[in-house]
Amino acid sequence: MSLTQLRPTPQHAAPPPKPSRAKLWLYRFDTKATPYVFIAPFFVIFAIFGLFPIVYNGVVSLRNWRLTEPEKDGWAGFDNFSRLLSDSDFWNALYNTLGIFILSTVPQLLAALIIANLLNRKLRGQTFWRIGILLPYLTPVVASTLVFAVFFARDNGMANWLLSLVGYGQEQPLDWRASKWSSWIAIATMVNWKWIGYNALLYLSAMQAIPKDIYEAAAVDGAGPWRQLWRITVPMIQPVVVFTVILSTIGGLQLFNEPMMFDENPQSAGGGSAHQFQTIAQLIYKVGWKDLNLGYAAAISWALFLIILIVAGINATLTKRIGGDR
Amino acid sequence: MTTFVTRAPQETRGSWKTYLGLALVLIFSAFPVYWMFVIATSTDAAVSQIPPSVLPGGELMNNLREVFTMNEVYFTASLINSFIVSSVITLSTLFFCSLAGFAFAKLRFPARNALMFVVILTLTVPNQLGVVALYILMGKLGWNGTLLAVIAPGLVSAFGVFYMRQFIGHAVPDELVESARIDGAMTMRVYWSIVLPAIRPALAVLGLLTFVMAWNDFQWPLITLNGTEFPTSMVALSDLASGNYVIYRRVLAGAFVATVPLIVLLLIGGRQIVRGIMEGAVKS
Repeated sequence: MSLTQLRPTPQHAAPPPKPSRAKLWLYRFDTKATPYVFIAPFFVIFAIFGLFPIVYNGVVSLRNWRLTEPEKDGWAGFDNFSRLLSDSDFWNALYNTLGIFILSTVPQLLAALIIANLLNRKLRGQTFWRIGILLPYLTPVVASTLVFAVFFARDNGMANWLLSLVGYGQEQPLDWRASKWSSWIAIATMVNWKWIGYNALLYLSAMQAIPKDIYEAAAVDGAGPWRQLWRITVPMIQPVVVFTVILSTIGGLQLFNEPMMFDENPQSAGGGSAHQFQTIAQLIYKVGWKDLNLGYAAAISWALFLIILIVAGINATLTKRIGGDR
Repeated sequence: MTTFVTRAPQETRGSWKTYLGLALVLIFSAFPVYWMFVIATSTDAAVSQIPPSVLPGGELMNNLREVFTMNEVYFTASLINSFIVSSVITLSTLFFCSLAGFAFAKLRFPARNALMFVVILTLTVPNQLGVVALYILMGKLGWNGTLLAVIAPGLVSAFGVFYMRQFIGHAVPDELVESARIDGAMTMRVYWSIVLPAIRPALAVLGLLTFVMAWNDFQWPLITLNGTEFPTSMVALSDLASGNYVIYRRVLAGAFVATVPLIVLLLIGGRQIVRGIMEGAVKS
């Protein structure tokens, strides 16, 4: 931390007067109770609006809870969960979510690594570059996705124009939203755009802690910059890499804003005409607030949580292995 | 690149290739925002022009007038609502998280470590998980469709407590707190006169990050505010972009207006935001 300047300790020439009994009691009360008073607002608010919904979500998932048919409310046992297993919409959404996740996470973290390596040099206008690459992080996804929707438009879109320059799609322009692979690429582009700069800064901050003499030793042994990046930098910043992989997993598997706003009709929450890019988070929204079946939406939420745990665990293990082999 | 072999990367001066690479990254980062502005200033014909026009037109005022006067989108109200929601959430997060962070960093009390562990544990829970039950809870409270439903869950953040505890641990010396106590200062007074002045930089960082997240939040506001006359600006934007025939110059004029406050924040507080993230900020 850079901040060490503080006000000087107040110096009193005379010793404080002898405290009265009431004052002593107040002092004792202050020492014992105030810490709890200070942390109470956080815990109370979090318990009500953070923890309770998660626990209660478990109850809701075991019930019939339809906003349209309140008379059918009641315990459903594991009906919602068994329905999930045979629900093709759910498996389709899971497939889409994982597909978009891979297309967005891998390029995102690789690009972030290379950009961090560029930033980790003596640069003119150091702060300018760092602030510049954060612009996507601050831009509302809802707003930027609308720009990308124009970019990836079938008729007169900039992406198709660029493709036509290299001779693709002359006779039939690509309808990006229409198929799985093209819509996934479009959405993954938006996710990558948003998070590359942010992750680059995380990597940069870890890179700055690497002692320089390690690189000097490697350079003496004849390791070039590229080799140094993969053999020294990546293993040395491995904890941060694992951290970003877990963060990207938690965030990426809950992807909602981009597929919502990329849709021709965002309010439908359909994820394309044939759900070709509907994610699980979108499905939860659709089941809960378009089909008005809250019990089933709660069950899908639990499934999503479980999937996040599993995928995060797998990814963390993989990343540790990749960074650790030498 | 072979010229760098004998030097460590930290001591490497950026070559022209480094600057070229960074310039490309910057163009990639800034272009969508710039293009948002271009379309917001264009006519319909200019939007669908091939090759695309990359220079702003003169229609910004006209497009903005259409956005702000559109029926059932409530765009003006939505901007005010977003300001209210983000400001209240930011102030509340700063106050409650610095209070709790101070207690965890500098005060001694039973179960302190166990409670701090709970805070860290809550950092890892995906917020998606409770959204259905949160909606039911807000229904019971009668808050659905009001700004209260959006504000209440954002009033505190586990990350804020964690970040404040870390910062206060470094920035406020124990002796300073103790000598103030010996002089008879109450804990609240120590917080107010010693801790708060010392953590201004951390308050700036946490405040900026919290405001940005609150402003950009979409899913929960959409669930609870959709179809009401009190949308946040993100919900209003999704309304603007829905329907059978979307007029992009109008939609992106709205998107641009909703982005401007954050661009201003980046220009004013970019340095603090960069520092906050590099000190280990957590997304969402």
